[in-house]
Amino acid sequence: MQLGFLVDLHLCMGCKGCEIACKVENEVPLSTWRLRVKYVDVGSFPETRRTFTPLRCNHCANAPCERICPVSALHYLENGIVNIDKERCIGCAGCVMACPYGAIYIDPQTQTADKCTYCAHRIASAMMPSCVVACPVEANIFGDISDPMSSISKYISSHQGNVQVRKPEKGTEPHHYYVGGGNVTLNPLASFRGEGHNLFNNLTHLPVGGHH
Amino acid sequence: MAHEIIAATNAIVTLDVALPGIVWGWIITMNMWAKSIGTGIIFLTFFLLKKYPIETGFIRFPAVVISIVTIHLFLFFTVIDLHQMFRFWHIFFYPHMTSAITVGAWMATGFVGLILGMAYFIYLKKDEAMYDKLLNYTVVLAIPVTLYTAGLMAQSTARELWQMPTESAQMILAALLAGSATMLLMGGNKFSDEIKKDLGIILGLSALAAFILYMAEIIFGPMKAEEVAAVLEYIKGGEYTIMFWMGQLLAFIVPMVLVCMSITKKSYYLLKVAAISALIGLWISKHVWLVIPQLLSMS
Ligand code: SF4
Ligand code: SF4
Repeated sequence: MQLGFLVDLHLCMGCKGCEIACKVENEVPLSTWRLRVKYVDVGSFPETRRTFTPLRCNHCANAPCERICPVSALHYLENGIVNIDKERCIGCAGCVMACPYGAIYIDPQTQTADKCTYCAHRIASAMMPSCVVACPVEANIFGDISDPMSSISKYISSHQGNVQVRKPEKGTEPHHYYVGGGNVTLNPLASFRGEGHNLFNNLTHLPVGGHH
Repeated sequence: MAHEIIAATNAIVTLDVALPGIVWGWIITMNMWAKSIGTGIIFLTFFLLKKYPIETGFIRFPAVVISIVTIHLFLFFTVIDLHQMFRFWHIFFYPHMTSAITVGAWMATGFVGLILGMAYFIYLKKDEAMYDKLLNYTVVLAIPVTLYTAGLMAQSTARELWQMPTESAQMILAALLAGSATMLLMGGNKFSDEIKKDLGIILGLSALAAFILYMAEIIFGPMKAEEVAAVLEYIKGGEYTIMFWMGQLLAFIVPMVLVCMSITKKSYYLLKVAAISALIGLWISKHVWLVIPQLLSMS
């Protein structure tokens, strides 16, 4: 079994329901996120468009975070999930340096690394990840990509030519796909990210793990 | 390429979470800097004892003391940077050998054992032969201890600027630079002019080689990867430009010039200034190179 995710960016409307569901399900502390939806505005007024991109751990088949972890706190489950053992983590932040997708952070409460686990605890009880359940437009499709009959496999094969992963050149072999993605949505260097007030929030940097 | 895309699309992030700040900061710089001295002094002790066994016999004890102090500083900064520092022992009980951190921790432990052995034989037993024998093993182990940080940086897939094999060359050069500078300061006027000249040449050449590598990365790095180009903007008119050039000046340019002046004038007092400049500049150069890739948003 190889679990994977697919987000159809044509369907996503940026409601952030998945973001909140993840926060609640996994008790993700304030100022940190396992999953977030990024808004990027494209064009000049009046020809403008807003894009929404949910971003989470890709559960890479060749995960740099797993390779660099000195104590195997990051490890593979049999279903392909890259899981984290917070009791074992020493908080060296090697994984934060290694993940090319910025998907890992140091949890300010436990002072250990944390990231999306595809809700491994829910999967173990035969439930869907909480973000999948919360999405009102079913933009998140989750399942076994090694099973050609699974909904995710069928979705991938029916959208061939329009399925992408982030940063394929890194050789991480992500198990997280996007339909309808492009440079602006998937490449962080292809959009300008300024500091200061934007829409509802203050885009800035946070202290890591609550100290330093 | 990204610049052109942004210009063409006017793509602007309008809503996103705050990103983490610098994760590996000055503590890791201290770690790399202290390690450069700790292993570098061993390389230089080995060299001097082989080439000038009679005149440099007195360095055995002070050199190993400096190595012990700086390697323990390195270990101290390694441990205090951990967010769960009291779980440090997990590295030994749950080791994951694909990680450069694990390999480095094991190597550094062996290295500490050997330098403590050297100190024991020279201070308590006054046994120079045993010291020299252990030094042969220590100098071999000093190579991977110096290099493992480069391996760790190479494993940091997110940080395109830290490339192998450039980083391994930079680590060895930093150790030679720091080792020769520390030896010049430690030996002082007890060294003959010939020995000072040798140390000056090692200092000057390692500064030259490291400087060439940095300049090559600045000029050619952006041609290879978009991320490298974006990161280097921070030192090409960005917020770390002054700090970067201060580091280059103090670590490499000033020592090179002073070494050349000392050798041409056959007057070696300037080498001490070169040594101090190199040690200060090395810290700054390492710090800038450590921090700038972390400023880039990864997603
Ligand atoms: S996306 Fe990052 S955190 Fe997730 S498996 Fe890949 S490297 Fe690890
Ligand atoms: S911070 Fe924790 S999970 Fe990440 S590499 Fe270090 S020990 Fe492993």
